[in-house]
Amino acid sequence: MKQTDVIVIGGGPAGLAAALAAQRGGARTLLIEREPRLGGILKQCIHDGFGLVRFSEQLTGPEYAERDINAFKQAGIEALTTTFVTRIKKTAAGFILTAVNQTGVLKITAKALVLATGCRERTARQVFIHGTRPAGIFTAGTAQHYINLLGQMPAKKCVILGSGDIGLIMARRLTLEGATVLGVYEAKATPSGLTRNLYQCLHDFDIPLHLSQTVTRVYGEERLTAVEVSTVDENMQPVAGTSQKIDCDALILSVGLIPENELAISLGVELDPKTKGPICNATLMTSVDGVFSCGNALHVNDLVDYVSESGELAGTAAANFSHKQRAEIALTADPNFAYLVPQRLDLNDTGTKTIVYFRSQQVLKNCDLIVMVNEREVLRKHYSHLRPPEMERLEVDFAHLNLTADSILSFKMEVH
Amino acid sequence: MKALICILCPNGCTLSVSDDQSEIAVAGQKCKRGLEFAIAETTNPTRTLCTTVKTIFPEMPVLPVRSATAIPKDRIFDVMTAINQVMVTEALGCGMPVITDVLGLDIDIIATASMITNQ
Repeated sequence: MKQTDVIVIGGGPAGLAAALAAQRGGARTLLIEREPRLGGILKQCIHDGFGLVRFSEQLTGPEYAERDINAFKQAGIEALTTTFVTRIKKTAAGFILTAVNQTGVLKITAKALVLATGCRERTARQVFIHGTRPAGIFTAGTAQHYINLLGQMPAKKCVILGSGDIGLIMARRLTLEGATVLGVYEAKATPSGLTRNLYQCLHDFDIPLHLSQTVTRVYGEERLTAVEVSTVDENMQPVAGTSQKIDCDALILSVGLIPENELAISLGVELDPKTKGPICNATLMTSVDGVFSCGNALHVNDLVDYVSESGELAGTAAANFSHKQRAEIALTADPNFAYLVPQRLDLNDTGTKTIVYFRSQQVLKNCDLIVMVNEREVLRKHYSHLRPPEMERLEVDFAHLNLTADSILSFKMEVH
Repeated sequence: MKALICILCPNGCTLSVSDDQSEIAVAGQKCKRGLEFAIAETTNPTRTLCTTVKTIFPEMPVLPVRSATAIPKDRIFDVMTAINQVMVTEALGCGMPVITDVLGLDIDIIATASMITNQ
């Protein structure tokens, strides 16, 4: 049986960063990727805007990925591509992992695992679109795969449902390649994507954005022929008499991403219902000793730079992992926060700084984020603008706060 | 008075621009690049064009490319037409030019990934 110290599952930006950090931390490291090529979803994200935080440059997805892949290869880290992990068993000494590839079934042992399995797109069935099941309904990522990797156009005249960033990027991409994008429909009253994408992807190409409207029905037998859109009320219920039929040959869905945690669940890792990723401490260790999470498997990020950052954190911690008693307290957040990562802090391992990622529940203007220990304010930071699509990052030094097992650590938002 | 969104970073600052013939006044930017963007956007708007180009290699039928620097916004579709007429026949590396001086704009179209081929 093959033996190693750290196994990283997933060869996207999180996994590459984790493997590099683990190797640098002195661990024998192995990366497993199910696709033939490393780089993950970045391979098909050919637009620019990646790497501003990490490299102070506007790179395209493939350029960003290539930097990490080159560093990974230079470090001489072993990677198994076209290899799929089917099972992980926890043992007293660590983990036994079963994987399959063209050579057959492999068994590998490791002391620590980093789950960098990314996220998956929500599909039509998950947003309850009724009607027949014609061809021509794609998630935005699938459409992106067809156009940017296979060079095939999936639509001539289409409607996009959901204003997430991938939907906006695809509205522009389809338009550039000669398709007509009739409009982007968003059930919520505010757009889901970054403001700059609304501007450079929709506004630049005169593509209309319809808020508080959703697709309520699809038409077509073999191929999609039309969709019905309706106005929705504040409870997301269609308003009677508002529906209209729009002729089109494709419906592109950009209706959200969900962290992929099948392997984590099989290991008994506790998930956070808000992030749908593992509950982690500041080293990004999950509730299961020796299992670490990062990137979009941990929580859905809007910038790859932070995906890489979390990969690096998890990889470093995985290399340093040893079984020891944990003394964890929860980081609680008031309802103004959509979520907060990490969710826990290990008092035996508070480090010098903790990186906290969070999103607001709704658009907030002119507010103060306050960190409280028991009823004492220990940190205050002003934000002029918080928007749910834009993740925030905050560094907090918990080490000097003399926290104890019964300390109550809470994050509050004071809205002026 | 015109409202613009700065696209240079994820902050996406809302800029208000007033253009009274002689001078452009800009407000709302968090950094000085916002000012530069607002002036460029009002006088000569440009965009980096990212797209793909066809190749003869079945294992990588299209290669991602971009304009080396931003091109005038009103030439985007012209440049798209030029790029879509090209067929890559050799294994290019990331950063190598696919079209030099596209449409006489003095801007190259460069590969943004290294090609993977079985040859």
